Amino acid sequence: MKKTDNMVWRFFASVRLALFTLLVLATTSIIGTLIPQKNPPEFYIEAFGQRAAQFFQMLDVPNMYNSWWFIGLLLLFSINLIVCTIDRLPNVWQMVVLNNLETDLERLEKMPHRQVYHASGDATALAQIVTGFLVKKGWRAQSENKSTGTLLFSQKHAWSRLGVYAVHLSILFIFVGAIVGSLLGFKAGVMIPEGSATSTAYETGSEKTIPLGFSVQCDDFNVSYYADGRTPKEFRSTLKIIDSSAKEPPPPKNIIVNDPLTYKGITFYQSSYEPMQGFNVVIVNKDTKARHALQIPFGQKIPWPGTEIAFGVINQETRSRMGDINRLKVWFYDGQGEPILFWMDNNTTQTISSPTATYEFQASQVYATGLQVAKDPGVWTVYAGCTLMLIGLYVAFFLSHRRIWVYIVREESANHCRILVCGVSNKNKLAFEKEFTALVECFTQDSTFTNA
Amino acid sequence: MNSSQLMGITTFAYLFAAILYIGILVFQTKKLGFFATLMTIGAFLANTAGIGMRWYESHQMGIGYAPLSNMYESLVFFAWSIAIVYLGMEVRYKNRILGAFSMPFAALAMILAGLKNPDIKPLIPALQSNWLIAHVITCFIGYAAFAVASGMGIMYLLKDRKRQTDQTSSLLDSLPDLKTSDDIIHKTLVFGFLWLTAGIITGAVWANSAWGTYWSWDPKETWSLITWFVYAATLHARFTKGWGGRRIAWLAIIGFVSVIFTYYGVNYLLSGLHSYGGGG
Ligand code: HEM
Repeated sequence: MKKTDNMVWRFFASVRLALFTLLVLATTSIIGTLIPQKNPPEFYIEAFGQRAAQFFQMLDVPNMYNSWWFIGLLLLFSINLIVCTIDRLPNVWQMVVLNNLETDLERLEKMPHRQVYHASGDATALAQIVTGFLVKKGWRAQSENKSTGTLLFSQKHAWSRLGVYAVHLSILFIFVGAIVGSLLGFKAGVMIPEGSATSTAYETGSEKTIPLGFSVQCDDFNVSYYADGRTPKEFRSTLKIIDSSAKEPPPPKNIIVNDPLTYKGITFYQSSYEPMQGFNVVIVNKDTKARHALQIPFGQKIPWPGTEIAFGVINQETRSRMGDINRLKVWFYDGQGEPILFWMDNNTTQTISSPTATYEFQASQVYATGLQVAKDPGVWTVYAGCTLMLIGLYVAFFLSHRRIWVYIVREESANHCRILVCGVSNKNKLAFEKEFTALVECFTQDSTFTNA
Repeated sequence: MNSSQLMGITTFAYLFAAILYIGILVFQTKKLGFFATLMTIGAFLANTAGIGMRWYESHQMGIGYAPLSNMYESLVFFAWSIAIVYLGMEVRYKNRILGAFSMPFAALAMILAGLKNPDIKPLIPALQSNWLIAHVITCFIGYAAFAVASGMGIMYLLKDRKRQTDQTSSLLDSLPDLKTSDDIIHKTLVFGFLWLTAGIITGAVWANSAWGTYWSWDPKETWSLITWFVYAATLHARFTKGWGGRRIAWLAIIGFVSVIFTYYGVNYLLSGLHSYGGGG
């Protein structure tokens, strides 16, 4: 039995199955947009009742896009696509590489676009003139001498017949990329307080610890706001990679949302932040240029060792419920006169004048930066698939395989020929008709040829 | 002149253009055609100027960004896309009747935009990306083509019903014949499908650069995929099973319902990453 007659093969090669799978995928995909995904089991019991929740768990509805049956549908879809391609591609390939000079001459008389001319002259000489016409209109011609005369052939975009297969292949690329990503990659998150480093991240969902193989340190985190004081404008972390195995550690990089840092295939995305209790403080004595930088907790009196200076943050005003500090109240004493109390904006520098000296006091709240940590070795395969899909769609939709033959036949009466100009296009017939008309025009305007 | 005045002018101009096109269809006054086209071009220019002005105003406020980032701005851009897709078709098919089935969508989009809050608000960090601009532009050109295709679908069904009941009505006689309409619907769907595909892809690239996942099955993403499946099925039904006529006309309408849900419904009925587009 030929593979093409096999019932199972025919089933998997059919477009009917493709339509069915596409529509089933479309309708079942709706479920996951109506029923919230990836919530804990209690959520579903509360929202839908015990029995419905049990039913959902059975069908993996709370995580339906990774469920056995949804993956199964995608698998069916892929098998369909592969079998369908194997089934049809050989024939299409034949069309692409076909030697059209061997086309059955009878068939030329039945082409959808035809025009017949007569001309006196020798077939080879006429072929030369016709080749000139073809070249002028952008057709590169091949020719073959037949016993009856000369056949000229020219085609455009034969390979465009493969466009559809590029689209189908691109879908498989995307699937392969997605599978590679889910098997060899991970999605994780981690919070790193300013000044700290971590060499692990926590897998999203499972909270499993994932070793990174190097450390990443957060040197600085900053959130800036628009003039309205509420809308965040930019979240920025300065990250430093610490990797003892690397010859040359990469330079620190500022990351913002939409501009991550990638190192050894692992990418760190700015995703959130958490205000911490405490402040980064820098004090500079403007006279002696002595400088003291440290992290201090809220509400404690901190001495500057070796001097009489002591200071602390004794009050704070928060911007939002998250606990971002807007303003803070500082207590400062350098042993001269009275202690100095003042409010300052977070993340600014204030000048302090005591009876004997001036200081610059800089304070900013300590933050932890929230990073998404992702490794996805499949993403480039997915992107290659996407590019291939766009190119393939363009080719499949807008290019067509156009063919033109000119058959110059010697008539019985010597030195006289019949010329058949004919052509066909696999798509976009209207555009081809115009092109064909333009070519035929060359014949009409040349006095050598007379309309039949 | 500020951008909201321009948007107001745009709304009325689209509405007027739509009425003119419908007038041509109903009263068989071909002479109005020129004015309808002129009105559409005028509306389109006002729309373009309005978008440009809003861009300029956002820069004046010190928060400059391409005005494509909330429901109001996207509706305005949707109207713009419908107008340009339609004008392209009018030139290509040399047929003004299509306007009666296209321009009402542009007017409707502007009217809906008028119901939204047009305040220029600064962009949150996730939206500050060139991929967002590419994403919105590609998606909306696709959506606009689908809107026009569904309009043609309605036109086809009207004309076809007449053929079945065999009434004679000069009104429907002036519509393009069924074979031409069918061809236009198909070509418009193909055009839209290419742009929708590009829209989904640019969205995925954006998500990957912002969050490290190109696909997270959030409701809006999922609905765009559902829409994509519907149109993919439509193209296959036509290309390989020879479906045409009424069936494709219906699928063009069903597909557009799915587009509307992806674009509008998801924001209000479901929750997800994209819900910033809602309310607004
Ligand atoms: C969502 C996924 C798919 C997309 C985006 C897609 C895309 C396309 C496109 C753009 C065309 C060309 C249509 C035209 O020129 O009007 C096409 C044709 C075709 N597709 Fe698909 N396709 C998909 C899935 C499938 C599947 C699963 C099958 C499996 C049988 C299939 C079988 C075919 C066949 C047989 C053709 C006609 C090819 C020919 O004879 O030239 N497609 N597809």
